[in-house]
Amino acid sequence: MLLETIIAGVMIASLILYALLGGADYGGGVWDLFAFGRRAPEQRTLIAKAIGPVWEANHVWLILVIVILFTAFPPAFAAISTALHIPLTLLLIGIVLRGTTFTFRAHDAQRDNVQRRWSLVFSIASIITPLLLGITLGAVASGTIRVNNSSVTSGFSDSWLAPFPFAVGFFALSLFAFLAAVYLTLETLDYELQEDFRLRALVAGVAVAVLAWIVLLLAGTGAPTVLGGISRSWWALALHLFTAVFAVGAFYSLWTRTYRLAVVCAAAQVTLILLGWALAQFPHLVEPDITIASAAAPRITLQLLLGALAAGAILLFPSYYYLFRIFKGETVFIRR
Amino acid sequence: MAMSLGFHIIFAAIGIAMPLLMIIAEWKWLRTKEEVYLTLAKRWAKGTAIFFAVGAVSGTVLSFELGLLWPGFMGYAGAIIGMPFSLEGFAFFTEAIFLGIYLYGWNRVPPRAHLFAGTLVAVSGALSGIFVVIANAWMNTPTGFRVVDGRPVDIDPVAAMMNPAAFAQTLHMTLAAYAATGFVVAGIHAFMLRRDPSNRFHKSALAIALTVGGVAAILQPLSGDILAKMVAQKLPAKLAALEGQFATEKGAPLRIGGIPDESAGVTRYAIEIPYGLSILAYDDPNATVKGLNDFPANQRPPVAIVHMSFQIMVACGMAMMGIAAWAAWEYWRARRKKSETWIGSKWFLRALILAVPLGFIAIETGWVVTEVGRQPWIIYGVMRTAEAVTPVRGLVVSFITFTLLYVSLAAITVWLLLRQVAASPQAFDPDGKEAQLAA
Repeated sequence: MLLETIIAGVMIASLILYALLGGADYGGGVWDLFAFGRRAPEQRTLIAKAIGPVWEANHVWLILVIVILFTAFPPAFAAISTALHIPLTLLLIGIVLRGTTFTFRAHDAQRDNVQRRWSLVFSIASIITPLLLGITLGAVASGTIRVNNSSVTSGFSDSWLAPFPFAVGFFALSLFAFLAAVYLTLETLDYELQEDFRLRALVAGVAVAVLAWIVLLLAGTGAPTVLGGISRSWWALALHLFTAVFAVGAFYSLWTRTYRLAVVCAAAQVTLILLGWALAQFPHLVEPDITIASAAAPRITLQLLLGALAAGAILLFPSYYYLFRIFKGETVFIRR
Repeated sequence: MAMSLGFHIIFAAIGIAMPLLMIIAEWKWLRTKEEVYLTLAKRWAKGTAIFFAVGAVSGTVLSFELGLLWPGFMGYAGAIIGMPFSLEGFAFFTEAIFLGIYLYGWNRVPPRAHLFAGTLVAVSGALSGIFVVIANAWMNTPTGFRVVDGRPVDIDPVAAMMNPAAFAQTLHMTLAAYAATGFVVAGIHAFMLRRDPSNRFHKSALAIALTVGGVAAILQPLSGDILAKMVAQKLPAKLAALEGQFATEKGAPLRIGGIPDESAGVTRYAIEIPYGLSILAYDDPNATVKGLNDFPANQRPPVAIVHMSFQIMVACGMAMMGIAAWAAWEYWRARRKKSETWIGSKWFLRALILAVPLGFIAIETGWVVTEVGRQPWIIYGVMRTAEAVTPVRGLVVSFITFTLLYVSLAAITVWLLLRQVAASPQAFDPDGKEAQLAA
């Protein structure tokens, strides 16, 4: 039991890292679309410069989540991918369009009007993909994916075509846009650009708060078990308290222009939200029929997977640090 | 799925081989300090970036599609064969991180660190390809578990990775990636040289690409032989389909060409080399090759498509080997004459241009051989393809969607590369347009 729980924990950790890193890349695309005013070109350039070197590495966190899911919990993967066939397919299209158009724009040999077309597709895909990601997670949490004797019985649209998953979708989108705007304040030393993204971060922060309430309200009928988890468990109060502290902290530090603190608070806030969802759903992988234990692969597979994850982490984290050090060094790591 | 894979395989192969070309160019730049090699490395890096991005997202699609289209397969096999996919995940991570450093770090890291980052991209790219092919090899020769009551037990993922087909298949596919990409790149630069015969840039590019592609092409038939012997041992029905062998025969001939007629049970119009097949497959002219007629009808793969795909693959491979030998001869002759360059001959350049598609035709047909040749099984001898497929109706919709998406992506990529080629540097201006990439 411990082994599979650890692996599920690693999976959630990867998902959180994907939200914190990859999510912000989508958020960057959102702000690319909403770039306006005198400095719109500078805003776009900053976004491209911030995302360019890192988005592919950030994207791999999602692949890691999928690989852990299908290696360690094959029945859960089979059930999710059957019940959510349609939103996942759309999600994939979004991922493909976002990544390719960004690269095409960055590495095209000639500079002309074609770039603008890539920009448009890139930014629209950056909005649709988080939406679908949220819808998928919302459906998994909602308890409407029913599995009987390892085949899905709840149909191919019932579980996600509902208000709650869509609310989660918009919530995810607002979180990613919020993260991106907060991060971007640290990506530049230009005061006016910082102000632009500070304003955007504050607006997105309000949207996050509003959507969080909507999600909680809809959860009453849309995801009763998970709502029960985040309102009645022994850890619930502490979780809400800390999330609130970090949310207020993010607003406060944005207001006072202490951007380094704002980044920490925003990231902690998003981490706690995802962690709260994961804890509320524990020990279920898919509410209510698939648990971590019932879906776990044989012990030997889990042991080897954990070994591979540990060895991979030893290689990965220093490389990742090196990558960020090189490209974010001037603005993020070095104190001004 | 097949369509996604058929698409992904091209991008993945280029993604494996392009970084090698790119770092060879950079390494030559560090050694010779000639700007031409730096320009070349940066040019190829752009190409790598485009292919890596498309390969990465199409690979993401595939990892989801495993579940979306084959939930039965993944539910059954995920625990056994998830291991190489996890390792592939990390190889891919490494590749993505260091490609980011390579592409955007020209001015930010020291030259040696930069070259090292490129080397890591090339190595991890090759490794991720190898891990994925290992998973495919397991579908051909499944090991590392026992079946009790229709469920896998005693699962041993390490044994599954060490399956009998793993070595031969990964070697064959990795070489194929280098050969095919090397020939495409060489062909493109040969085309540019026909228009602009004295361009140093294209000459240097052609020399590097052809060296990589040529060496791989010359080694490839050897790996093919290792693979064919493994197939003869482990997948006799596939061997029979490859060779269009219907009757069980002692001292079977090697058939070149020919059209298998499944209803009549013969392969017509083939050139037959007596004892050839028995020698190649078993090192013994009198060895018996089991024919398709001795397999139950529900265990036979579609013969015609497998046999013809195999013939096309072999023909392409042989042609590429021939061109590689020709290149070696031209090079040797130029060395003896102490002439400055060996890439001048009009006919040689023409041959290279014609050879552009060969490698990828070989990869696609070879992939048809390994996949269709395994039918009706998805996991050979364990699970039938029909048992693994998703129960979702209306698959044709997602199929058409992804087909359209991929066709447009492929078209855009080709178009982008044409723009790259069109922007080919005539004279060298290292501080001009090319340097913008680094900024």
